[in-house]
Amino acid sequence: MTNGSCDLFESGHRACGGCAAALAAKLILEAAGEDTIVVSATGCMEVFSTPYPETAWKVPWIHSLFENNSAVASGVVASLKKQGRSSKVIAIGGDGATFDIGMLCISGAFERGHDFTYICYDNEAYMNTGIQRSGATPYDASTTTSPAGKCSFGNPRPKKDMPMILAAHGAPYIATASIAYPADLKKKVQKAINIPGPCYIQVHAPCCTGWGFEGEKTIAIGKLAIDTGLWVNYEMENGMVTRAKKVKRKPVEEYLKEQKRFRHLFKPRTNDEEIAKIQQIADRNAEKYGIDIVLKK
Amino acid sequence: MMDIMEGSHAVSRAVTFCRPEVIAAYPITPQTHIVEALAEIVANCELDADYITVESEFSALSACLGASAAGSRVYSATTSQGLALMFEVCFNVAGMRFPVIMSIVNRALGAPLSIWNDHQDSISLRDSGWMQFYSEDNQEATDLHYLAYKVAEDHRILLPSFVCFDGFILSHTYEPVDMLTQEQVDSYLPPFKPYHRLDVKDPISFGMFASPDYYQEFRYANDQALHKAKEVIADYGREFGEMFGRDYSGLVESYRLDDADTAIIALGSICGTVKDAIDEMRDAGKKVGLLKIRAFRPFPGKEIAKALQGVSRVAVLDKNISLGSKGAACLEVKDALYGSQIPVLGYVLGLGGRDIRKKDIAAIVNNAEKGIGDMFYGLREEELK
Repeated sequence: MTNGSCDLFESGHRACGGCAAALAAKLILEAAGEDTIVVSATGCMEVFSTPYPETAWKVPWIHSLFENNSAVASGVVASLKKQGRSSKVIAIGGDGATFDIGMLCISGAFERGHDFTYICYDNEAYMNTGIQRSGATPYDASTTTSPAGKCSFGNPRPKKDMPMILAAHGAPYIATASIAYPADLKKKVQKAINIPGPCYIQVHAPCCTGWGFEGEKTIAIGKLAIDTGLWVNYEMENGMVTRAKKVKRKPVEEYLKEQKRFRHLFKPRTNDEEIAKIQQIADRNAEKYGIDIVLKK
Repeated sequence: MMDIMEGSHAVSRAVTFCRPEVIAAYPITPQTHIVEALAEIVANCELDADYITVESEFSALSACLGASAAGSRVYSATTSQGLALMFEVCFNVAGMRFPVIMSIVNRALGAPLSIWNDHQDSISLRDSGWMQFYSEDNQEATDLHYLAYKVAEDHRILLPSFVCFDGFILSHTYEPVDMLTQEQVDSYLPPFKPYHRLDVKDPISFGMFASPDYYQEFRYANDQALHKAKEVIADYGREFGEMFGRDYSGLVESYRLDDADTAIIALGSICGTVKDAIDEMRDAGKKVGLLKIRAFRPFPGKEIAKALQGVSRVAVLDKNISLGSKGAACLEVKDALYGSQIPVLGYVLGLGGRDIRKKDIAAIVNNAEKGIGDMFYGLREEELK
């Protein structure tokens, strides 16, 4: 194996066709290289990559529980330090492990300043257990525990701002990324693992099974999220936003209508009121991160 | 040389001599004196360890798991609610076969809230796959840490271990302790050699999921290792005795049991009181003896059956209760004696720090002689109205 080989996350795993999380794992290891130890949380990625006695991981890999990957990573980092070993440590978890059940462990590890990179593959719900809502589920998305119905438009709350929470912990580097922009994602991974201290990357990982679109559209959906302003790719260094990907924004309908999780906003009739609220979320993102391309007159 | 030391400080000194590379712990009464002392020891460079001040017991054990996987000898300490919060990680550490050593400063579990001693915390984790040692006094509490590391890290075993000692009764009590020196501990306990570790030169996956085709064999292997530990405890306990004069080869230990009619079975610091009570009862002509259980996991069922062969009755003292059933030791002793005609009577007592005196032991023996047992002992009747 050579450093940067795409073989570090091997094919033949059990992910769905078009799985963004699998693509994220491959890209993360391409960027990080073979001198990397991965600590996974329970979730889709852990399950589809390591059915005993097979593993897709060609770097040292450990999974303990759902909510403790950053605490386990703290221990790995401490041990490596005592042994004088310099391997990079990356903790990987889905949005359920990151935003919800593992929040305490992440907060503790970031506050203590352990030198590792936490990467959340954010597919915006508990996909491994069957598409239940998480703190990362966007406003109005229909999931199995936030179903749209006669008196429900789906998930009643907007997505938790996890990067900002970790920025408040004093993390030196925080970034959002998307599998739709592989080069950008890899660049951010390389940057994070080489910055001392706890760094965080949140990777938008569209889930064809959970969101309801065809597997070949994963990249296109990821791009639409960015093009509508519902997902912003940005970097924060020492608490300040230093870079954000600018776009010529499209209306949010173009993103929403492609996914079954939002179909109740279009059928039996278009719900203009709710779509307007989602457009507001995109508008606020655009303003907050300054992503709108303004043509010079 | 004997030092007069507080139990917690004796244990933290013993842990220091074991040279853990990573310590992760969260403060909880009555464990705090151990972790405070260790923090001071690390702060003064008397131990070259990384001390992770985690945000919860859950993370304490999770960090120990990670550090053990990366190849370090690790240590934690907790009690009661802290151990309960670690429940999920405890099973995981054992299943992944990491030789984590954790002091359990035994304390009751709420509700109602109690900071005082009983054994409900560690006993409730009896199915988790960890070895469990119980200490009669602070000498044993310190020595058992050396033994626990040596057995746990043996490549035939690779299991975590609790070293239990009673909250306040031992942890906060000053007793004479014969502390080994660093050189003595080094001569007994070799440096940690992990069986596998997270290493980029030899990448392997830890903690994969097992389908029904594989899961049961992992559990079997875990159980086999725990049974095998009986033999390894005996060997290393004997070696300890040969080197330092205190023999820990027995998973059980008897006191004046040879010609006893009534055998008392107990764990932990209560054994000291029981021994004094036995001396008094012997002086009064009653043939009473004690069988102390030092290792509750692995459970020494055969050793217990053998030791109790000649007795007429057995009184089991349990500082725990499997609610809706009986005390844990009572149940297991009944199992060990199944097929014999020896009556086994259980007494749940001393919960939440209720004091047990010599006269209580004498009263329990009187009850046992009359066949009265399988009961809570020492209830305040006026509180039950």
